[in-house]
Amino acid sequence: MAGLTLRNVGKRYGALSVIQGLNLDIHDGEFLVLVGPSGCGKSTLLRMIAGLEDISEGTVAIGTKVVNDLPASKRELSMVFQSYALYPHMSVAKNLAFGLQNFKVPKAEVERRVADAARILQIEKLMDRKPRQLSGGQKQRVAIGRAIVREPQLFLFDEPLSNLDAELRVQMRAELASLYTRLGTTMIYVTHDQVEAMTMATRIVVLRAGKIEQVGTPQELYTRPQNLFVAGFIGSPKINMFKADCVHQNGQSMASLPGLAPFAIPDLPTSDKTLTICVRPADVHIGWGEITLPGTIRLVEYLGSETLLHIALASGQVLLVSDNSRAHFHMGEAVSLGFNLADLHYFDSAGLRIEPSQTSLMNASQYERQIQ
Amino acid sequence: MRRFLARNAPAYIFLSPWLLGFFLLALGPILASLYLSFTRYDMVSAPRWVGFDNYSYMFTRDRRFWKALEVTFTYVALAVPARLIMALGVAMLLDKGLRTIGLYRAIFYLPSLLGASIAIAILWRQLFEANGVVNQVLAYFGIQGISWITNPDTSLYTLVILAMWQFGSPMLIFLAGLRGIPRDLYEAAEIDGTPRWRQFTRITLPLLAPVIFFNLVLQTIESFKTFSSAFIISNGTGAPADSLLFYTVYLFNEAFKFFRMGYASALAWVLLIIIAVFTAIAFFTSKYWVHYENERD
Repeated sequence: MAGLTLRNVGKRYGALSVIQGLNLDIHDGEFLVLVGPSGCGKSTLLRMIAGLEDISEGTVAIGTKVVNDLPASKRELSMVFQSYALYPHMSVAKNLAFGLQNFKVPKAEVERRVADAARILQIEKLMDRKPRQLSGGQKQRVAIGRAIVREPQLFLFDEPLSNLDAELRVQMRAELASLYTRLGTTMIYVTHDQVEAMTMATRIVVLRAGKIEQVGTPQELYTRPQNLFVAGFIGSPKINMFKADCVHQNGQSMASLPGLAPFAIPDLPTSDKTLTICVRPADVHIGWGEITLPGTIRLVEYLGSETLLHIALASGQVLLVSDNSRAHFHMGEAVSLGFNLADLHYFDSAGLRIEPSQTSLMNASQYERQIQ
Repeated sequence: MRRFLARNAPAYIFLSPWLLGFFLLALGPILASLYLSFTRYDMVSAPRWVGFDNYSYMFTRDRRFWKALEVTFTYVALAVPARLIMALGVAMLLDKGLRTIGLYRAIFYLPSLLGASIAIAILWRQLFEANGVVNQVLAYFGIQGISWITNPDTSLYTLVILAMWQFGSPMLIFLAGLRGIPRDLYEAAEIDGTPRWRQFTRITLPLLAPVIFFNLVLQTIESFKTFSSAFIISNGTGAPADSLLFYTVYLFNEAFKFFRMGYASALAWVLLIIIAVFTAIAFFTSKYWVHYENERD
């Protein structure tokens, strides 16, 4: 097992730069997920770590060893591809054993490892089949099996679940997570699906346009997104965003949204007059909260455990509310929305998070209670 | 019947030029030649039925027939593998190195377009003649060349080299086949530490097997039918010493030089059967070495 260190890593194709000056420390034994929209460079980064793409700038080190010039086969890692990349003319057993034979592993050892992998992944009965005789989920298991038998110090996954249907994806997600717990090997996993990232990762790296936007645990990314991009990317349903004008009245910071009465917000360490205020759909409540606003229900999406409401404010802006009170709602119904000041996220005009102090947060809450 | 006609008449109308061509220009002559192969026919007097005489003469007494078979089989055995290996080699170079350059593919295909032409056969003569280009190059290195074309020991090999040079059409098919092998498989193999040669033997060749099979069958048939290059280079005789007496050259001479149409027809039918047998063998053995991705189980 090993950690990984990326220092000033860059990738250029001619004049086009797809990854710039990227620094990242991946700890030994962690499940790190690289997530971002398509074209953000996450797969390229993974392929650079794998040795399938040249590294244009900087260094990649596995453990303490710089591997820039080391061929893929010498990096002691395994990779699971989005397409599975199973050899179509070989049986499952041969697919599993093929890599080991290249490394001249003794026959008895090959058999032991293949049998172990087959048992772990429950594919013992499929060993004589060809890939075309397997379902998507089975192919995926074989592809993971091929990675396991190598007993690598690093596992790389390139969107391995994106070709599976929704139900199977949920199942494989759980299996991958338990495989990680069982093996404890460092895993680097690329996905564009933030749900996969949130559910499996010990840490998540959010990438955009070849740059790291934020690195953190799933909780950190959800509760304290460092910028508007991360706030919008992590969390489903998507976070609500408002442009708000910031004013000072009677020594209290106030935010005003179009068409609504201003409300108190904590003092923020910024001189920007226009802020973006965000609130997650789960943090908006129907009928209660420190701050309340009137709205009209435009759409009701009943999901069973929760109800997703699209509510139009007086300004016309639509707000998403995730309600789990099991109350019944109707389209066109007038409701009162509420949220607590502590659940709001503030971002300056550059889109960076502004953190209010605890004291100013309490002051603002108190102010709101007084005027109500 | 009326409904069948109403539904399909437009199709048959559109097909009619092809159908006419097929029945009048292909199937008609084919059946006629089958009949003629059992006759003696010199194109002047009417064909005379002789039963299996032509065939029994061919197999028991005609030594030039056996010589023609020997030359043709030797040629097929050498030219088909040589051309396929050449085609695969060039296809792999193009696949790796010149991925985006369409012009190169056109240039590489050119020999195949020209290869079957009379002009190239004449050019080939001039290359391999006693004082041809090849010998001039050899002379530069102080080697005294022989007349490759007029020497019975070497003449056939000059044609094998010509065949190799006409690698264009199997090369294009190989190139398409190589493009069809997913990159991921090579990347997975790369990570799995597979040496290049093993990638070629364990991934490229097995996955290319359907294309190799297709090319093998097609090129075998083509090579059995080789005519114009041998005809031009040997001045239409199969000389020197019958070393270029290709089956088709012999057949042509019997038909159009000696006007033994009945015998020539019998020769043609024997060639057809030989080609059919080889094709059948190829198909029969294919199940042991050709892997189809979308095969039904």
